Amino acid sequence: MAEYQNLFTRVQVRAPAYAGAPTTDGIWPRSGRGFFSHWLGKLGDAQVGPIYLGWTGLASLICGFIAIEIIGLNMWASVGWDPIQFVRQLPWLALEPPAPENGLHFPRLNEGGWWLMAGFFLTSSIILWWVRMYRRARALKLGTHVAWAFASAIWLYLVLGFIRPLLMGSWGEAVPFGIFPHLDWTAAFSIRYGNLFYNPFHMLSIAFLYGSTLLFAMHGATILAVSRYGGDREIEQIIDRGTAGERAALFWRWTMGFNATVESIHRWAWWFAVLCPLAGGIGILLTGTVVDNWYLWAVKHGVAPMYPHAFPPVADPATSPVTPP
Amino acid sequence: MKAKANALACCGALGFLLTACERPPVDTTQIGYRGLAMEQVTNPRIYAQIQAVNQPPEPLPPVEAAGPLAKDVYKNVQVLDDLTVPEFTRLMLAITQWVAPPDRSCAYCHEGADLASDALYTKVVSRRMIQMTRHINSDWKPHVADTGVTCFTCHRGNAVPANLWFADSGPVMESRFLGNRAAQNAPADSVGLASLPNDPNTPLLGEPSQDYIRVVSKTALPVDNRKSIKQTELTYGLMMDISQSLGVNCTYCHNSRSFAEWDGSTPKRAVAWHALRMVRDVNANYLTPLTQTFPRERLGPHGDVGKVNCATCHQGVPKPLNGVSMVHDYPALAGRAKAQ
Repeated sequence: MAEYQNLFTRVQVRAPAYAGAPTTDGIWPRSGRGFFSHWLGKLGDAQVGPIYLGWTGLASLICGFIAIEIIGLNMWASVGWDPIQFVRQLPWLALEPPAPENGLHFPRLNEGGWWLMAGFFLTSSIILWWVRMYRRARALKLGTHVAWAFASAIWLYLVLGFIRPLLMGSWGEAVPFGIFPHLDWTAAFSIRYGNLFYNPFHMLSIAFLYGSTLLFAMHGATILAVSRYGGDREIEQIIDRGTAGERAALFWRWTMGFNATVESIHRWAWWFAVLCPLAGGIGILLTGTVVDNWYLWAVKHGVAPMYPHAFPPVADPATSPVTPP
Repeated sequence: MKAKANALACCGALGFLLTACERPPVDTTQIGYRGLAMEQVTNPRIYAQIQAVNQPPEPLPPVEAAGPLAKDVYKNVQVLDDLTVPEFTRLMLAITQWVAPPDRSCAYCHEGADLASDALYTKVVSRRMIQMTRHINSDWKPHVADTGVTCFTCHRGNAVPANLWFADSGPVMESRFLGNRAAQNAPADSVGLASLPNDPNTPLLGEPSQDYIRVVSKTALPVDNRKSIKQTELTYGLMMDISQSLGVNCTYCHNSRSFAEWDGSTPKRAVAWHALRMVRDVNANYLTPLTQTFPRERLGPHGDVGKVNCATCHQGVPKPLNGVSMVHDYPALAGRAKAQ
């Protein structure tokens, strides 16, 4: 089964384009009949379309376009409209939130007003896309698991850019739009609040992040390994466990004494993924509002262990009675 | 055949990308308790190069100290009035070697035949700089210890020290309507090419008494610390500058667990604390007052005088000139001679 050792699908099965299950809901019809792309078929299904945009999808795309335009044009203007410098400096460029002195007022456009507008349109776009996801799932008579998982990521996004700045009383607390700038912001955030690694919700978030990758690797590997027995037909294996499911289960019982079921592994994966931004968002929300120095908080509550001194203890010179010239 | 060519092209591209990386070896030295990431990272090949350019010059031959005082023999000796003529002359020769362009020599500061004249701005600046050197060596021992500084520590044979800073408001904005960089988000050398504020020096090192550096709370729960993330980015930028200037990483001074706590920091941090105050003192009391003395071309884009920070003396090594004390060879710069 060398096919499964390659990232790309080696065999593409082609059938006439499938229009999808009939639905009664939705004012707009599906558009297009679907076509095939060999290259997309390397990564996933070769059939593209038919698509359903709907007014939420359309409004979301328009809002998203406006947000990207505001961010992109501000970045481009910041290098004097030089296209070469725009590309060279792109990782450094940003649209910054208003200065902290501004509080929660709407500042002048070039002093953070553009940032607020970009944030408004980006948030509108994301929430409209969430509504679209929810309603498309309902239209297909599906559960709404994907929408709620997406909502978890939106929670973290809203905490960082809206809820926490609101509680702190300053838009200046929010994250800039930019590649390096948002990373430097993250490091500065951890420095300001005394090392975010001592925030237990940050710890949980990391555990769920790394746990998600581990579960994904274990599950993906298991299914690929038993696909020779039809194990890749997971939906069937859930309700009618065949030799593939039996072997997969036995493999994990042998190697670690316990196994998930073909159904429960997906619950594990969903919860790990959802809890990562959910816990992270709680951790950010508590930072600066409830806890101001996570290291001292961790010392106070016995989370941070004490280590032997490797050098003579150092006192803060600012507290020394001897004042420098 | 095509697959082979693709694979070769990929390997070539990967190799090209790797050329942006620093060539090994990279040595890690543990400096604190195990498991706490208290370590210094150095590349011995690069460190050897930096050390090689940080060598002091051969000292001038010593002279007999006895003799009449320079102030009694020469006119207009205002600062070095405690030196005898041979000591005075030797110091002038040394300063010429350390600071003056070779083609100008004495004439860089002294106008024509009248050595007493203060007509050239360079002479007025030099006098103040000698006072500054003596002040640093006698009053800032918590930072410079007995190693001290001389003109050479900063100048290194250049008329203008290579590592000075000027107020920098970032790239000039063409539009007032959009594209505000907020004085950051440009790859600036001053902050190690990060997107941090381009000029942490002006607010944090330009003023004598402002202490905006400390942003972290001293209490676990919020009390009254309103320092913002943007303020923190200024501190972060300054720390990047210090790190580059000394060729060290954060844990040279700080404990990786808590940058703010003094208990657990290395003793080096207290030395650096005094350095920041020394730099502010020098900038505010010695350099900024010379703004009107300097000609326009010596000033920065905002009309401010060139000022000092860590890089001015350290120039990439933890101890300037690798810790060699030049003051021992030029005691006249250590401070005013004790009154007889």
